[in-house]
Amino acid sequence: MSAEPYVGLGGWTPADLGVPGEVRRVVCAPEPVLSRSGPEVDPTAEETLRLAADLVATMRVSPGCVGLAAPQVGVEAQVFAVDVTGHPKAVTVHGTFVLCNARVVEASRWKPGREGCMSVPDLTGDVKRASRLVVEGALPGSGTPVRLVTDGFEARALQHEIDHCAGLLFLDRVAGAHAVYQRKVYL
Amino acid sequence: MSELAITVIGRDRPGIVADVAEVLAGLGANLTDSTMTRLRGHFAMTLICVGPAAAEVEAALTPLAADGQLLATVRAVTPDGTATPAGEPYVLAVHGADRMGIVAAMTRVIAEAGGNVTDLSTRLAGTLYVVVAEVDLPTGRADELAGRLARTAADLGVGVSLRPADPDLL
Repeated sequence: MSAEPYVGLGGWTPADLGVPGEVRRVVCAPEPVLSRSGPEVDPTAEETLRLAADLVATMRVSPGCVGLAAPQVGVEAQVFAVDVTGHPKAVTVHGTFVLCNARVVEASRWKPGREGCMSVPDLTGDVKRASRLVVEGALPGSGTPVRLVTDGFEARALQHEIDHCAGLLFLDRVAGAHAVYQRKVYL
Repeated sequence: MSELAITVIGRDRPGIVADVAEVLAGLGANLTDSTMTRLRGHFAMTLICVGPAAAEVEAALTPLAADGQLLATVRAVTPDGTATPAGEPYVLAVHGADRMGIVAAMTRVIAEAGGNVTDLSTRLAGTLYVVVAEVDLPTGRADELAGRLARTAADLGVGVSLRPADPDLL
């Protein structure tokens, strides 16, 4: 039996990874890796730590980037980084974090919103996402199971990244034939 | 009064909609359903209107096309009222590397299953090709069709998803 997950991040920060991250090249659709479902990872493995650190480093140098998943740096794995700190649409904010093997356990209050993606740089789309969300996953390094309760923009970012790990893009969830737009503003 | 199907397409510039709509209004032709959008620098209007004879409308639109930048067609159509809603509404999304025949192959699968495309748009962004279609599917056929679409998509090297259309009404 696995232990009951800890609610929240328990003070985890990227510094806990103990390895410096390297900025990796972000791949764009139609790169096939973006459409493949990634395997679960061992959150305590050395390579998972390095991947986590690289995702954080790459996210931080990318303007406007609030999340980055392993397939976006060409790695098939269920690992992603999120940081919606300072975003005007964010309500609950957990800061910068990385989750392994994350899954949605509760989702409610579905709301439409416009999404973009570093891996689909020229398009945006209207996607309905849960604005109340509970996610469970494991922290890289310690492997501690955690449960995050969030809402609003952070909830949207988490669903977008969990989709990446399952080989799905926002394009797979757009609301209709007129819900994909040519991007007008690049961050 | 006749029901007319009108298309106008040409290099985009300010004033195309105003010019065309003005001609139609001047003839007493009433615009009903239409879509008007810009496609890679071309402006495309497809509209149904109720008004005078097709020949009269066509003649009135001719000066707009005189510079060779706009192409207008007018055709009388049979008013057949609203189409009967058939089956269950779904959204089909296809994306992948651009290649010939993606729309042809995917919509053929839909058609062979008795599904009807009610709205479809495509985008080419760099080498990424995206198709999003709203389709009405015969009741209870979606799962089987999703399997066939996945096999056709795999042959084309593209990804596909088929989801129920959001039924929410405000």
